[in-house]
Amino acid sequence: MASDGGVSCLRRSEMMSVGIGGIDSPPLDVDEVHVLAVDDSLVDRIVIERLLRITSCKDIEKSKKIKHISGGSVSVTAVDSGWRALEFLGIDNEKASAELDESSSFRQVPVVIMSSENVITRIDRCLEEGAEDFLLKPVKLADVKRLRNYLARDVKHSNGNKRKLPKDSPPLTLSPDSSDSSPPRSTLSPDSSDSSPPPSTLSPDSSDSSSPPLSPVEIFSSPLLSPLDDEVDDVLTSSPESTPSLVRRQKMRSPGLD
Amino acid sequence: GYFSETQVKPSPKETKRQLCLSLSLSISVSSLHSLSLYPMDAHVAQLQMQYRNYILSLYQQGFLDDQFTELKSLQDDGTPDFVAEVLSLFFDDCVKLVGNMARALDQTGTVDFSQVGANVHQLKGSSSSVGAKRVKGLCINFKELCEAKNYEGCVRCLQQVDIEYKTLKAKLQDMFNLEKQIVQAGGIVPQVDIN
Repeated sequence: MASDGGVSCLRRSEMMSVGIGGIDSPPLDVDEVHVLAVDDSLVDRIVIERLLRITSCKDIEKSKKIKHISGGSVSVTAVDSGWRALEFLGIDNEKASAELDESSSFRQVPVVIMSSENVITRIDRCLEEGAEDFLLKPVKLADVKRLRNYLARDVKHSNGNKRKLPKDSPPLTLSPDSSDSSPPRSTLSPDSSDSSPPPSTLSPDSSDSSSPPLSPVEIFSSPLLSPLDDEVDDVLTSSPESTPSLVRRQKMRSPGLD
Repeated sequence: GYFSETQVKPSPKETKRQLCLSLSLSISVSSLHSLSLYPMDAHVAQLQMQYRNYILSLYQQGFLDDQFTELKSLQDDGTPDFVAEVLSLFFDDCVKLVGNMARALDQTGTVDFSQVGANVHQLKGSSSSVGAKRVKGLCINFKELCEAKNYEGCVRCLQQVDIEYKTLKAKLQDMFNLEKQIVQAGGIVPQVDIN
């Protein structure tokens, strides 16, 4: 499809709670941030991966000194489609809509859009729908450095739609914040080129682990965005002309590890 | 000989001698800061100058833009092959996408211009990401031709794209070869300031 991309960051604790395959239980480093980059262009995946890794380095050579997030490090996973992003996150493709609907910790995941399309109305729409930021391609180091702010501990949400959980509150609640009128909603639709959905399923686990201190960041690419539905409850589709829109922030379940 | 009598260009030996002279006279010339004082580095100095001029010409002739500069800045001693790797992937992309477009335009019957356009869009994206300025520019034209369903125009443009990416590939290969020569001669590949 088009050459747009996105990145999402998840805290390691959250990764644990969704049972990312193959990850055992090392001591949790709650400051470690994981970035999930989604872009159908391999070139762009490599570039964004490099940009993100650079911004995570504690010792930046030359003059690229940036303020390092206290204690944390950034690891990056780059996938080529929304479908694979769901797979990576351990969300069943067909149940994704329902699952994401109930997850409030996904709501905490900041989403950043990357696109080569410089259309103001669409950019505005993305931001209105809850995107944290919009990066215009080609992405530069300065752009990615800006994203570091979303990973900061005391990030202040500028968008009124976003909800910010107090640190000591339980992270996963089913009831939305009363302050929110219309929470940011959007769906993730898989690439049309992909065939059958992944077999992985989530088994809910009532005992949730530690509260995420911080929203992870998710940057998402929307190739050739179509006008977003006003309908809040978008259903996950795999229509031929699927144009993934923003990822819905959802409650993250804690399944058992596979 | 290769050069005629009236040629202004000095022989390589002459160039080297002049280089050594200028070295001994002005060691602190900022543009030569990466040189050491040993005589054999006159060869390195020449290569470095050649490299610098070559890179500058690539920018001046519009082959590369500031996104290429950005890519170079992402490379460091720990990832010395980063730019080469990205470019290699880009050229693989070119082969694939040009092939797709050729096939789409080769249909007896109705040509699916949206299919062509989708591939153009991808190529535009990746060329933009690596700083392949001319290729990107062609893609912009190409996109319009697809939207206008201009078959002749598309075919012509595709040919141009094909030539352009291959030209760039050859140029960058020369650039990498120069880098290799510099390193093999014991020198450091200079950072070229294009501003």
